Amino acid sequence: MSVGEPLLAAQQLSLVRGERELFSGLTVDVAPGELWQIVGANGSGKTSLLRILAGLSRYGFEGAVTRACIPLYLGHDSAVKGLLTPRENLRWHVSGEGDYSASQIEAALSAVGLYGYEDLPSHTLSAGQHRRVNLARLHLSSSPLWLLDEPFTAIDKSGVSALERLMEQHVARGGAVVLTSHQALAVACPVRELALTAGIAQ
Amino acid sequence: MSKPSTPGFCLRLLRRQLVLAFRRPVEIGNPLLFFAVVVALFPLGLGPAPERLAEFAPGVLWIVALLASLLTCDGVFRSDFDDGSLEQLLLSPQPLYLSVLAYIGAHWLVTGCLLGLASPVFAVMLNLPVQAIGTLVAGLLLGTAVLSLLGCIGGALTVGLKRGGMLISLLILPLYTPVLIFGSAAVQAAVSGVPAMPYLAILGAMLSLGIALAPFAIAAALRISVDT
Repeated sequence: MSVGEPLLAAQQLSLVRGERELFSGLTVDVAPGELWQIVGANGSGKTSLLRILAGLSRYGFEGAVTRACIPLYLGHDSAVKGLLTPRENLRWHVSGEGDYSASQIEAALSAVGLYGYEDLPSHTLSAGQHRRVNLARLHLSSSPLWLLDEPFTAIDKSGVSALERLMEQHVARGGAVVLTSHQALAVACPVRELALTAGIAQ
Repeated sequence: MSKPSTPGFCLRLLRRQLVLAFRRPVEIGNPLLFFAVVVALFPLGLGPAPERLAEFAPGVLWIVALLASLLTCDGVFRSDFDDGSLEQLLLSPQPLYLSVLAYIGAHWLVTGCLLGLASPVFAVMLNLPVQAIGTLVAGLLLGTAVLSLLGCIGGALTVGLKRGGMLISLLILPLYTPVLIFGSAAVQAAVSGVPAMPYLAILGAMLSLGIALAPFAIAAALRISVDT
């Protein structure tokens, strides 16, 4: 993959849900070093777009998506099992991507503020802590492309700024981030906005 | 860091499923309890005459095993669908065919395999002749694996629906019937002293076919269920 070649290219995406056209003719190239924020009102198709970009939605839309790598997608649902501990959850989440050592898993968990919680059953943890287990993957993953659906949900102020720093670093290293969020990002790098407005018009 | 091997990934998935099952022992106990309760009720309904019980035993044992499997296949993918784990599995760079086999393997180990191993106890309760018990266990171990494979197709197709239980029965029961027919025929053959091997061989053939084809159907069904 040469420098400047997009990690993700979407051509002429159109999506109709029910009677409403959520977006049409949407074309976007996500190149290394770019941070994209998808903005739009509730129900404007942000999550649907992200799922199409991730490759989870394969049917029901028009257009084409090409990916230069396997993206790291974190959705609304945290995929954290209540019966497993954060350590077991995280180890399973990353097991498709690589063989990580116990110390790497531990370091990632303490980096998201779960030091001391590694071996408690996850059903005793809060929603924000579940989200943090999820975000620990960002510390481990080698994927250059992050697709994050509302990553700030349920996490506290210090967690938000830690996540913003993490995204800055990732972008500075030549990675790319596409996220949906309603809040403005406080990051040093430029934020490209992808506005979904068709949903509001009606 | 190296990319994990596919067999290693599947073993981890299998282990995860087993750990989850063992942390909720009720789910493992339920099919066994169901089996025990139904088998205990039959003598009350049919009358306790030992010859009559022995006559019905092969069919009864197989029908109960089939229903126990049917009851559990609804939940194989359900919790992973609800909490987003399934999305992550579909996105991971590992062949879905083998991941699905790991799910089915875990389901079989905690339902069919356990039922098969516990079945001699239930067979004795129904006065099944001793010479047929070996065939019963072998047949159940083979047959319940086929039932798990078929049941998971139904489970994967209906995982996105709120109440898929009844639909699964409609979808899957017709596919279950050949297993029931050959499974109980094997036990009946063993009871009457006829070689049971041909029937077991047919169950084995069904299992091979199921392992080869069912994961494709399940993988496709999961992709459709997640794509909403």
